[in-house]
Amino acid sequence: MSEVLVVTDPVNGTVGKPALELLTLAQRLGQPVAVVLGDGAEAAGPTLAEYGATRVISINDPAFTESLVAPKAEALAQVAASVSPAAILISSTPEGKEVAGRLAVKLGSGLITDATEISEDGSTVQSVFAGNWTVRASVIRGIPVITVKPNAVTPQSSPAPGAVEQVTVSISESAKGARLVKSEPKQASGRPELTEAAIVVAGGRGTAGDFGPVEALADALGAAVGASRAAVDSGWYPHAYQIGQTGKTVSPQLYIAAGISGAIQHRAGMQTSKAIVAVNKDPEAPIFALADLGIVGDLRTVLPAATEEIARRKD
Amino acid sequence: MKILVLVKHVPDATGERRFAADGTLDRSSSDGLLSELDEYAIEQALQIADQRDDVEVVALTLGPHDAADAIKRALQMGASAGIHINDDAMHGSDALATSAVLAAAVTKAEPDLVICGMASTDGVMGVIPAMIAERLGWPAATLGATLSVTGSTVTIRRDADSASLTVEADLPAMVSVTDQSGEARYPSMKGILAAKKKPVETWRLADLGIDPATVGLEAAGTKVLQTTPRPPRESGKVITDEGGSGVAALTDFLATGKYI
Repeated sequence: MSEVLVVTDPVNGTVGKPALELLTLAQRLGQPVAVVLGDGAEAAGPTLAEYGATRVISINDPAFTESLVAPKAEALAQVAASVSPAAILISSTPEGKEVAGRLAVKLGSGLITDATEISEDGSTVQSVFAGNWTVRASVIRGIPVITVKPNAVTPQSSPAPGAVEQVTVSISESAKGARLVKSEPKQASGRPELTEAAIVVAGGRGTAGDFGPVEALADALGAAVGASRAAVDSGWYPHAYQIGQTGKTVSPQLYIAAGISGAIQHRAGMQTSKAIVAVNKDPEAPIFALADLGIVGDLRTVLPAATEEIARRKD
Repeated sequence: MKILVLVKHVPDATGERRFAADGTLDRSSSDGLLSELDEYAIEQALQIADQRDDVEVVALTLGPHDAADAIKRALQMGASAGIHINDDAMHGSDALATSAVLAAAVTKAEPDLVICGMASTDGVMGVIPAMIAERLGWPAATLGATLSVTGSTVTIRRDADSASLTVEADLPAMVSVTDQSGEARYPSMKGILAAKKKPVETWRLADLGIDPATVGLEAAGTKVLQTTPRPPRESGKVITDEGGSGVAALTDFLATGKYI
């Protein structure tokens, strides 16, 4: 059976949920081979094996932390040349898509980005035009290079050998042209990553700058926090949390929009959420047309009371 | 210094966007305009030009006839000249073909710096700048929230989720900028009038040495099998919060859905 390369990016040896989703999807196409570009393969190995990696290829070249994107694509192309995989799956992060694009050029392969589903026949599903259309497509030339959005599938435990193999590659000078001269880590929020979270609580103009109620509800639900463009532009929340056309696109199980009117820019970033709840003082807010449950009311009353009730029910 | 800004003419996202029978985007279904994210690229190019005497900003687009409007807007904002690659053979091209043609165009135009937006607002792949750079063997400093050029070095700050990265590259280089890079200027009346006189060249594939058989729908590496409009979401229950009814509805919803 053919092998499928799955690019996993463990952080400090911990494998994120999107990588586990890729391993689960990869099993539909062949035998998953996890690829770790950077350090952490030994620490991540057991988890990768548990979720289906038949082997783990570990490549730890200094170029990966010294230069942007291109060295990873080069390393993957070298692995692909020796493995001849049935497909290459990469997570749809900004870096992942750039790696995928370069890889597709190197391999002369068709490229599909932001797949939300991969079927056994290799065809993919994408949600396009702000979620208004669904597209089924296939790569018809070369080794399919597919980037996959988080929350595509529930990861399934599927134990496999997953032995870690150290591989060295040679990275050309030409791939090192974008020099990473400084990296300033951002403080982790302690909450789930926005695009991966099962529940998102987002705040908009109606918060009037106070995200306290939004964060408290999010924490009660173990959810990620998001923000509308209006809230971000007003400086109330960092841009990394912006949901919408020029921010992140999320597709969680549950999206709670608090004080968000639901302009099309915002809807583009969340309208494929499985369930949507909206809380807004304005009964005419467009968001209510999307919501499974709409509450016309003040989020500063509704959210804290709901948070309290949730805590009460836990006891 | 010559800066080439790659811009795209896209259907208005607030209008109705549809697929044509051949699985390609029906570009006639909605009025088109310059992709909003490309405005930021033009703005950054113009800011560099504002600071120096020796900068020429050229806007380039690849698209059918109406794509000229994207160039027009760039000229109105302040770009000095335009290039419109217009060739029917491009219909249905995938990212591989698009990047190949744009790479050939960059080679022909000989800029010192190419600036792109972070993604187009129709395809939203966000891969073209990296793919062009790959083809040219140029460094790509992409997704910059800030951009500056000093001597022959370009520097960006790329704000990833976990860290802010400072990335440097030597010219000639490919760069892309995000919507965080600085509000794009509106064309002034003077700029709108001046745009009418600015030169716009039209290039075809033959001018780029591209074989038409390598581009277009038939040459694509991917195939659209089916397109389905998503049924509009039905609005569910809407209740007005009175005497705690809103909170009760919310917590019941959460309990029923097993979110708590």
